[in-house]
Amino acid sequence: MTDAIQLLVGTRKGAWIYRSDARRETWRVQGPIFLGSIVNHLVLDPRDGTTMLMAASTGHLGPTIFRSTDGGETWAEAKSPPAFAKSDDPRARAVDHSFWLEPGHASEPGVWWAGVSPPGLFRSADGGETWDSVAGFNDHPRYWDWCPPEAGTPDGSLLNQVVIDPRDARRMYVATSSGGVFETADQGQTWSPLNENVACDFQPDRYPEFGQDAHYIALSPTNPDRLWQQNHCGIYRLDRPATRWERIGDAMPREIGDIGFTIVPHARDADTAWVWPMDGTDVWPRTSPGGRPACYRTRDGGASWERQDRGLPTEQAWITVKRQAFCADGCDPMGLYIGTTGGELWMSDEGEGWRLIAAHLPEIYSVVAAPLGA
Amino acid sequence: MTHVLIPSQLTSYTGGETRLEAAGSTVGAVLEDLDARFPGLKFRVIDEQDRVRRHMRLYVGREETRSLAAPLAAGDELLIFGALSGG
Repeated sequence: MTDAIQLLVGTRKGAWIYRSDARRETWRVQGPIFLGSIVNHLVLDPRDGTTMLMAASTGHLGPTIFRSTDGGETWAEAKSPPAFAKSDDPRARAVDHSFWLEPGHASEPGVWWAGVSPPGLFRSADGGETWDSVAGFNDHPRYWDWCPPEAGTPDGSLLNQVVIDPRDARRMYVATSSGGVFETADQGQTWSPLNENVACDFQPDRYPEFGQDAHYIALSPTNPDRLWQQNHCGIYRLDRPATRWERIGDAMPREIGDIGFTIVPHARDADTAWVWPMDGTDVWPRTSPGGRPACYRTRDGGASWERQDRGLPTEQAWITVKRQAFCADGCDPMGLYIGTTGGELWMSDEGEGWRLIAAHLPEIYSVVAAPLGA
Repeated sequence: MTHVLIPSQLTSYTGGETRLEAAGSTVGAVLEDLDARFPGLKFRVIDEQDRVRRHMRLYVGREETRSLAAPLAAGDELLIFGALSGG
């Protein structure tokens, strides 16, 4: 077995693919791919190991999906990218950009899901060539309560994530920036909020049914009943079938806090996860606290956290790691990867010693690790 | 036929061509004709609610329009620009 990895990197100005040797020590680069395009997500289909989808737009042109069926060598545009239905409603929505691409359940080859801005969920049944609106969410009677048009982020409110239970294709979660987390048990036909005890510090009601900004959610691969969440207002954990999130970020060092964009669970240990904190004080700089970047690891389900910063700059490094730019591979030891707003790509073995893979890229929006030539 | 000026942002669709002829009596019809020949082009310029995308500019001759219903007469020129989208 080889531990060779490919890193699919989406940036504000195009995409790059980095491919490693079997020891993940040296990397060769392919790119730029679609130089100048805003690439929010570039994802490999784990079910066939060759299909890639890319969520792209440009400063001028509208959003689209590019597809490769040969591992990223050649690309073609989707025939019918995600688009809302034409409507005379004055609030009629148009997709500004696709943000998240999720390969469907292992039992459904060819199925993909996309989360877009303004918040919307789309499904493809033909490997990303054509996309249909998921009416159960997009036309839900409470849609405009869950996704009010004036909600953030600065780049527009998002349905920023789709997560599928590996044991059951019908059970899915989505994360939004305007309503928090929602779940379905019937593959998207019906939805309900899943935000109990998650803080919403920017509303008068601090613990509403919905309205939170769920930056990132993840299931533990070896225990998909365990959900981790890096929220706009803290770090949380939920063990299903419970519905009440526990704020595990309270155990973070007070001077660091528990604000960040992303959280990564361990591939094999359901008690272990990593976060990448950012400064959420006063005017919310969203940079590394104190200019000293680090990840924090818990090995006890969030009861305690330890700092891991060896190899990273020790001062004057005001980077941010965005939602989709922190990921893990499945190797042993497990590789952790980050892409920074400063265009740097770093890796470490489970947080123990960070080393630079690449620098001088545009602002990195997403990093996805996938086996190479499995 | 309408003379159409294609901006650099769309030449990947037109095989590098920047000046084309297209059929149609409205801006929308001309864009449909272009889309039939260069699939995907229209959606990059016009959204699903038939609105011109924020950083695209359409001119009939020297008059800017943001309406797909804007009429075109034979010999008119439709100019498509990508403009001022930030750094």
